[in-house]
Amino acid sequence: MTLTVIIASLAVFSWKMLGYLIPQKWITDGIRAFSERVTVVLLTALVAVQTLVTGNQVEFDARVPALGVAAILFALRVPYIVVVIAAAATAAGLRLLGF
Amino acid sequence: MKRVLSTSISVGLATGLYGISFGALAAVAGLDLLSIMLLSILMFSGASQFAFIGVLAGGGSPISAITSSWLLGVRNGFYAMRLNSVLSPRGLMKVIAAQLSIDESNGVSAAQSDLKSQRYGFWATGIAVFVFWNLATLLGALAGDFLGSAETWGLDAAAAAAFLGLVWPKLKDNKILALAAAMVAVVGSFFLPAGVPVLLTVLVALVPRRSK
Repeated sequence: MTLTVIIASLAVFSWKMLGYLIPQKWITDGIRAFSERVTVVLLTALVAVQTLVTGNQVEFDARVPALGVAAILFALRVPYIVVVIAAAATAAGLRLLGF
Repeated sequence: MKRVLSTSISVGLATGLYGISFGALAAVAGLDLLSIMLLSILMFSGASQFAFIGVLAGGGSPISAITSSWLLGVRNGFYAMRLNSVLSPRGLMKVIAAQLSIDESNGVSAAQSDLKSQRYGFWATGIAVFVFWNLATLLGALAGDFLGSAETWGLDAAAAAAFLGLVWPKLKDNKILALAAAMVAVVGSFFLPAGVPVLLTVLVALVPRRSK
């Protein structure tokens, strides 16, 4: 198991390192703008999937109101950690009530 | 800088909440403590780690566990490309920066307006997440049995909210892009294996922007 973990870790690291080894001069303004957009799309996709998807299905459960609470609090400029805890508490509370 | 540092520590703490559930799930999946900790120290990439233990827990082979975590790690490569031009690290610092190039460190860095804060945000967040993620993994692995499921504590919603907070400052200027990405990821989830729909959204980022 330990060997499998080490091989997998090296495989994941290879992507991280590759990004630093590509020569800077290859990275044009277009690529820079693209990698900014990639940051936005990947993070948004993670939010959407982690809020709505379970396995291969869309499920509206306690996560959805929890994310709604988080969005409202972020808009009100509430500190990050408070928002994350509030989201967890919302989901945990709703599940406790049977949702 | 103080504000950036406070964001970085908050992000680290929030990731810690998620790390507890990783440690617990990994222990339930049957991994020994050494392997669990090596995942958090060496792989250090949440989505890849969850995929790794998820495949093994679902009865998958070591090869498919390696492949899944490897494919899910590709987005770190995109982050690394961005971060390389922000940080321009040399020698050993390149390797350390590479290891710390993940969703959170790049997210906080990208949310800052000036170069100095972008660099500071990367290092502060990368180190904070590394410390809290590993402590939390250890805690989760040791205490997992007492905690019960991650869902009971709302940790899945915490993870979604944590990522929302990272992308939040960028949403205003990228509403359509973000909406398209969310739709592609959700629709893709109906027929693609876990992890792939998120990667597919990179294609959305390829569509050039017409106006600012």
